[in-house]
Amino acid sequence: MRRRDGRAPDQLRPMKFEVGILKNADGSAYVEMGLTKVIAAVYGPKEPHPRHILMPDRAVLRARYHMAPFSVTEERKSPAPSRREIELSKVIKEALSAAVLLKQFPRTVIDVYIEVLNAYGSTRVASINAASLALADAGIPMRDLVAAVSVGKMGGELILDVDDYEDKYGEADVPIAMMPGRGEITLLQMDGLLTPEEFIRALELAKKGIMEVYELQRKALREKYEAIWREYGF
Amino acid sequence: MSSKKELILPGMPIEKKGLKPGNNVYVEGGKIYSPIIGLLDIKNNVVNVIPLKGSYIPRVGDKVIGIITNYSLYSWSVDIRSPYEAVLMAAAAFKKPLSRPTVPLNRFLDIGDVIVAKVKSFDLLSSPSLAINERGYGKVERGTLVEITPVKVPRLIGKKGSLINLIKKKLNVDMVIGQNGRIIVVGKDKEAELKAAEIIYRVEREAHVPGLTDRISKMLEEW
Amino acid sequence: MVSFKDFIIPRVKKDYIISLLEKGRRVDGRGFEEYRKMEIKVGVIDNADGSAQVKLGDTFVVVGIKSSIGEPYPDEPNKGVFIVNAEFPPVASPSFEPGPPDENAIELARVVDRGIRESNFIELEKLVIVPGSKVRLIWVDIYVLNHDGNLIDASSYAAVAALLSTKLPKVVVGDDGRLEKLEEREPLPLRGVPIHVTHAKINGKILVDPTLEEESIMEARLTMAVTEDGKICAVQKGGIGSFTMDEVKAVMENTLKLAPTIRERILGAVKGGQV
Repeated sequence: MRRRDGRAPDQLRPMKFEVGILKNADGSAYVEMGLTKVIAAVYGPKEPHPRHILMPDRAVLRARYHMAPFSVTEERKSPAPSRREIELSKVIKEALSAAVLLKQFPRTVIDVYIEVLNAYGSTRVASINAASLALADAGIPMRDLVAAVSVGKMGGELILDVDDYEDKYGEADVPIAMMPGRGEITLLQMDGLLTPEEFIRALELAKKGIMEVYELQRKALREKYEAIWREYGF
Repeated sequence: MSSKKELILPGMPIEKKGLKPGNNVYVEGGKIYSPIIGLLDIKNNVVNVIPLKGSYIPRVGDKVIGIITNYSLYSWSVDIRSPYEAVLMAAAAFKKPLSRPTVPLNRFLDIGDVIVAKVKSFDLLSSPSLAINERGYGKVERGTLVEITPVKVPRLIGKKGSLINLIKKKLNVDMVIGQNGRIIVVGKDKEAELKAAEIIYRVEREAHVPGLTDRISKMLEEW
Repeated sequence: MVSFKDFIIPRVKKDYIISLLEKGRRVDGRGFEEYRKMEIKVGVIDNADGSAQVKLGDTFVVVGIKSSIGEPYPDEPNKGVFIVNAEFPPVASPSFEPGPPDENAIELARVVDRGIRESNFIELEKLVIVPGSKVRLIWVDIYVLNHDGNLIDASSYAAVAALLSTKLPKVVVGDDGRLEKLEEREPLPLRGVPIHVTHAKINGKILVDPTLEEESIMEARLTMAVTEDGKICAVQKGGIGSFTMDEVKAVMENTLKLAPTIRERILGAVKGGQV
C-alpha cells in the first residue's frame, strides 16, 4: 500500500531538526515533521513565580503547548488556550518530566514553551521531539532524550507518522514517546479502534520510528556542538 | 588538551570495563552515563564529563559577580545568574555595623549596581547569602562586564591561571572572574577592555578546540 | 506580567553605552542612522494564506495571514475587515509570560495596524463579496519568537511582506445565493507599501532601530510610518521621556530618507520568495 503522499506504511515524513535557534532562551530547538513545524524554548532552572509552586526536594517542570493562530488548516484559531491545548500541555509535561533529573535543582522551575507554527498532523509528538532537544541544549540533566512518533490506522493498515489527512480520515491514532536508550514509554495515548493484536503491532511500529527520530535528534545535537571543531578541521 | 574529546549525550552508555565514575556521571545497570551534553574525559581510569552548558550552582566560598535587583529595609536581592536569587544582608555589607536603619539602603547600593561578592552560605534549602565586607569585595565602580557560560570559567583561567595571566599581561588590564561566569575587566582605556572582552568570548566559544592558547597568543601579538 | 528583574541593565554597562553615544558610536558598531542586518523570508507557514518571517539582528518575528468570510462593520458596509493581533509567546524572552496580550502587545498591534490602515495599503473596498452583508476578514497575526528590541519595525515589515505574499481562495456567489470557495487563488488587492521607522532617544541622542539593551535605557521612542508617496500615515511616541520639536523634525526627515531602501528590501524579498 502507498499512502496519499506516496510514503510506505512504515515510513516517516521528511524531518528537520535544528538546535539553539533562539538567542534569548537557555535552550531551544526547531523541528519539522513533514509540514508540521514546531519551535520549543527552555527557560531555567530558575526561581519559581509564583513561589507557592516550588517543591522542597526537586525542580518543577512546566510545559505549555500552544498553537499559533495561523498554524491550522481550518480558519484562524483563537490564541486563547483551548481545552485540547491544556490537556496536551499536561501529557507533554509528564512525558518530559520522566526523563529530567529534577532532584538536582530543588526549589526551582524549568519552563518548556512550545509553539506550533504550522500544524499538519502529529503536533504533540513533534513538540516532544523539539522540547527534548531544547532541554538537552539548555544543559539540563536527563536520563535520556525523549523521542516520539505517532502510529495510525488507515484502510485497515497500520501507518507510521500520521499526517493531517490521515488523522482526519484514519481509523486510529496512537501517539507514543519513549526514552529510546532505556526502552521506557513516557507518553501513550490513543483514540479510534484497534484490536489488541493491532495495538501491540502499533507499539512495535512506533519503536522503529522512534529509533529513527532518536538518531536524528542526536545528529542535530552533535552538529551544533561540533560545528566549532569543524571550523578548525578536527 | 591536545586531542579532540568525544562528545557525549544524555542516555549514551559507556561500557564500565574497570573504569570508575568521576564528575558529572552516574552509574546504572553496570554502565556509566552522562546526564548532560558534554565532553568525555577519561584519565587514570576515571570517567569525567566536562559540561558544555549549564547554570551556576553556588558553593560556599565562591567569588561571584552580582547585580542588585531590589532592596528592602535590611537587605538587597542580588542576581548571580543562578536558579537561586541571592541575598545580601546589610550586616554583611558594611565593615562597621549600621547603628540604625535610618537611611534607605539604595543610598549605598542601588538597582543595577554591580558587586563582587563572596558566597557566605548556601544549602539548597534557603537562598544563597552573600558578603562584601572583606578585602577585595564590594561595589564595582567601573570596567567592562562580560558574561560567559559558567561551565567555561575553568578554561578561561587555564592551568594555574596561565591563560588569564597571558591576557592580563598583554593587554595591561586587571580582571575579576566570578565563578558564576561574569567577568569584570578594568583597563587604562576602554579599547583594551573591549579587546579583552572579545578574547574572553573567543575563549568561551573555542574552549575545547585544541590549540586555543596558541590562537589567543597570536591574537594578542597582532593587537 | 513582565518581571522587572529581567530588564535591569548593569550600571557599568549603562554608563558605557552612554559614554559611547557621546562619541557618536553604538555598542554594536552601528551608526545612529543605521539598521541592523535584516533578513526577510516569505511563505514560511504552509497553512496560512500568506506569511513572512523577519530577522532584525536577533529580533525574530513571524507573521501569518488567515482569511475568512464574515460581516462588515455596520458603519462601513462596503469594506472588507482586517484585524491585527500581536502575541508575545513566552519562547521569545524570559520576561514574557503566558497569557492574553498585555499593553505592550496591544500597542504593537495597534501601531502596525494604523500604518497599514491609514496608508490604505489594503484595498478594503475590493474585499466585499455581497455588499452590506458578506466581506472578507483578513487576520494579521504577529508572532514574536525572539525579542531583541524594535519589535514595531520588525513586525510591520513582516506584516507587509506577509500581506504582499498573500493568496486568497476565490469566492463566488452561487445561483442559490450561497458562497462557494474555489481552489483557485488570487492575490490580495494592495497599493503602495507603508514603512514604519522607529527611533529611540538616549541621553539626548537620537538613534534608529534600538536593540533591547538600548530600549531598556532609552528616555523615549518615536515611530513614524510613511506611505510610498512620502506622506506620514501614523505616528506613535512611546516611553516616559519627551522630544523637542527639532528632534521630531529630525526623526521625520530620517524616516523619509530610510523608508525607500527598506521598501525595496521588502519588495525584493517578496519577489525572491515567489520564484
